[in-house]
Amino acid sequence: MPRGRAGARAPRSRLGLSRCRSSEIVLSPAILLSALLNGLLTGAVYALIALGLTLIYGVLHIINFAHGALLTAAMFAAYFAFKTFHLDPYVAVFLLTPAFFVLGYALQRFVIGPASHGDDRNMLLVTLGLAVIIENALLFEFRADTRTIELPYAFATINLGFTFLAVPRILGLVAAFVVAAVLWLMINLSDIGRAIRAVAKEKLGAQLVGVDVAHVYAVTFGLGTACIAVAACLLVPTYYVNPTAGNAFVLVAFTIVVLGGMGSIPGALIGGFVTGVVESLSGLFLGESLGQIGIFLTFIFVLLVRPRGLFGAGA
Amino acid sequence: MRDDVLLSICGLHAGYGETEVLRGIDLVIHEGEIVAVLGSNGVGKSTLNRTISGIVRASAGTIRFAGIAIERERPRDIVALGLIHVPEGRRIFPNLTVLENLDLGSYRRASSRRALNRERVFSIFPRLYERRSQLAGTLSGGEQQMLAIGRGLMAEPRLIILDEPSLGLSPLLVEELFALIRRLNAGGVSIMLVEQNVVQSLEVAHRAYILAEGRFLMSGTAGDIASDPELKRTYLGL
Ligand SMILES: Nc1ncnc2c1ncn2[C@@H]1O[C@H](COP(=O)(O)OP(=O)(O)OP(=O)(O)O)[C@@H](O)[C@H]1O
Ligand SMILES: [Mg+2]
Repeated sequence: MPRGRAGARAPRSRLGLSRCRSSEIVLSPAILLSALLNGLLTGAVYALIALGLTLIYGVLHIINFAHGALLTAAMFAAYFAFKTFHLDPYVAVFLLTPAFFVLGYALQRFVIGPASHGDDRNMLLVTLGLAVIIENALLFEFRADTRTIELPYAFATINLGFTFLAVPRILGLVAAFVVAAVLWLMINLSDIGRAIRAVAKEKLGAQLVGVDVAHVYAVTFGLGTACIAVAACLLVPTYYVNPTAGNAFVLVAFTIVVLGGMGSIPGALIGGFVTGVVESLSGLFLGESLGQIGIFLTFIFVLLVRPRGLFGAGA
Repeated sequence: MRDDVLLSICGLHAGYGETEVLRGIDLVIHEGEIVAVLGSNGVGKSTLNRTISGIVRASAGTIRFAGIAIERERPRDIVALGLIHVPEGRRIFPNLTVLENLDLGSYRRASSRRALNRERVFSIFPRLYERRSQLAGTLSGGEQQMLAIGRGLMAEPRLIILDEPSLGLSPLLVEELFALIRRLNAGGVSIMLVEQNVVQSLEVAHRAYILAEGRFLMSGTAGDIASDPELKRTYLGL
């Protein structure tokens, strides 16, 4: 995970990991297992962000450059839900997820789609422009200040005997599975889900059975944005918020999407978990500040072996 | 004018960007008819179909279907009226199963009778039933054509436009296809048939139009057109 809050309450220290420098470690199975579990838990949030990104790529065939800015916006929304309305992020998630679905739907339907004038390649540029606008609006409104919220249980842990697991991260894991399951059911068993898959591969055929492509694009964009809202609510309890907070996560999510296979939902899920574990283990062996190097090394290695990613079509 | 006009097109112009492909099309299809639209490659037969179904915008002219002006309607609303276009090249969903392809056929229309219509399609194409759980992209060309037609039938079409349905089929399957077209028509579906297979199309059709240079060069009963020697030689290459 991108470096969390600095200072006395560094979340990592509660996880029994951060003080381990490679030189000091006595590698016991317990430490490895604990790093593995924590990696899975971090990976869950990565998976959520990557899920939204890969869904949009799979159907609209664009990389959504606004993903990071929207994640930041969602983190601000969760932050103010807590500060202003005293809504716990784990409660706010039930409001922010539908709200961000609607926001994503409206952005695609009324901004990105129309501004692209029917040429899908333009959508990429429009999302880039959108990212710049959102980021600067946040910067203008909130300055570059870094904000945090204090939840009584943010650093609560569960004792497994050999290790402690952070409660917020366990919730993150559960949420990632719930979101993935809901998405899977929807995409596979509902009419709109079938239409989404149909548009992804055969747009003209879909139009000719009466599918409204603009609507399907917007629903897909909305779903991707809703995934981000869930991730934001999971991040805010233990992570700081500032106008660029989302970008570091989305950079990792981009690599996950490529790693898992562009447009593949299982790829995003498994890629997210793999990345979380790789980061955690390389943090253990190389020192925490180098944790992300492991991600990019794995990324290059996987692409050498499977150029279309783990679950890429035709790989 | 007969009062059972289902589709009527007047002075239709359409094309892509600067290039005008259709330059003043007039066409009528009555309830219960099979009408063949013939013409050599690249004259704009598929463009006409795409304009009727709302994919390509008409630059001038009117299209009325079942009494409603549709030249400004979106494809989804045209499908909802029961005008179903089975396109050239099948355009099935390769990443979906046969069953899912059929279900999407009733996405906009007749969805409440989906199960019933599935049974009907499976009785017409038993092969599709055998392959129902298979991804459509792995079907043979002939099976894909059956699926494309079956998907169109799921919407309970009032008028079905078939764009080169016999393309790539074996002679035996082509025979079966034309027999099917007759049966569908006997069951009350009006059909607009766009074909390269001139002889068989003129056998099955009631009337025919010959498209050349953006206009209909000629129209008449299928029998008249089939026996016009000048036409055969110049435009149909027979
Ligand atoms: N999307 C498009 N953009 C630009 N021009 C097009 C497009 N589609 C077709 N055309 C052009 O319009 C003309 C008519 O094409 P159309 O596909 O309608 O012909 P057709 O009569 O169906 O031919 P065929 O019998 O080969 O299917 C052709 O000259 C073609 O090159
Ligand atoms: Mg054609």
